[in-house]
Amino acid sequence: MSYTAACVVGVAGALTLDLLVLRTRLVARRAFWTAYGICLLFQLIVNGVLTGHRLVTYAPDAISGARVIYAPVEDIAFGFSLVLQTLVWWVWWGRRARQARTNAGTATDARRAVPTRTR
Amino acid sequence: MLYLFVLLACVVVTLPLELVLGVRVYRRPRRLLLTLAPVFLVFVGWDALAIHAGQWSYHRLTGVHVGNVPLEELLFFLVIPTCAVLTLEAVRRTKPSWRVDNCGDDE
Repeated sequence: MSYTAACVVGVAGALTLDLLVLRTRLVARRAFWTAYGICLLFQLIVNGVLTGHRLVTYAPDAISGARVIYAPVEDIAFGFSLVLQTLVWWVWWGRRARQARTNAGTATDARRAVPTRTR
Repeated sequence: MLYLFVLLACVVVTLPLELVLGVRVYRRPRRLLLTLAPVFLVFVGWDALAIHAGQWSYHRLTGVHVGNVPLEELLFFLVIPTCAVLTLEAVRRTKPSWRVDNCGDDE
């Protein structure tokens, strides 16, 4: 599989995680796209330094050949997949922690409610 | 050393988000580690496969490897996702009305 094809899989995988598996639906959120836009800006700088100085080089037959600030255009898809997967997990773990707190609170309320009901 | 310097710069540049803006990402280490772990596994795996397939290669790094993956790349997949989380939390801190989770948001 070429890097180009792997990137399609990477983006599809991240979208699947967001929309179908963990159902965080971050791609429907302004906050996500704003954060991603900021990340993209810095990615172009960091990636530009790494590829511009040829610390990372790519096999010509693995990429489409289109480049943005020295880096293959595929790197943008790679970065999108990385950022989306990261933020999906972050939001999902936050949801889990909140739900655990809520359940603990409900259990406490239920225990408190018992004497009231039996009185 | 340039690669390590770039990663260090990413950490330093985003540090005020934690220390000044108070996004509380490093202060939730358990949630941060649980977030980083699956992403690290997936992307280091991708990296290892791509290096093995000769799709990309690295030059003038420290030379420290784990398997065929350079140390710098391992650090990259910890630093960059952390920066992404810091960025999202900074956006949320700046725009509290922008909801992130349809199942309710953090305080």
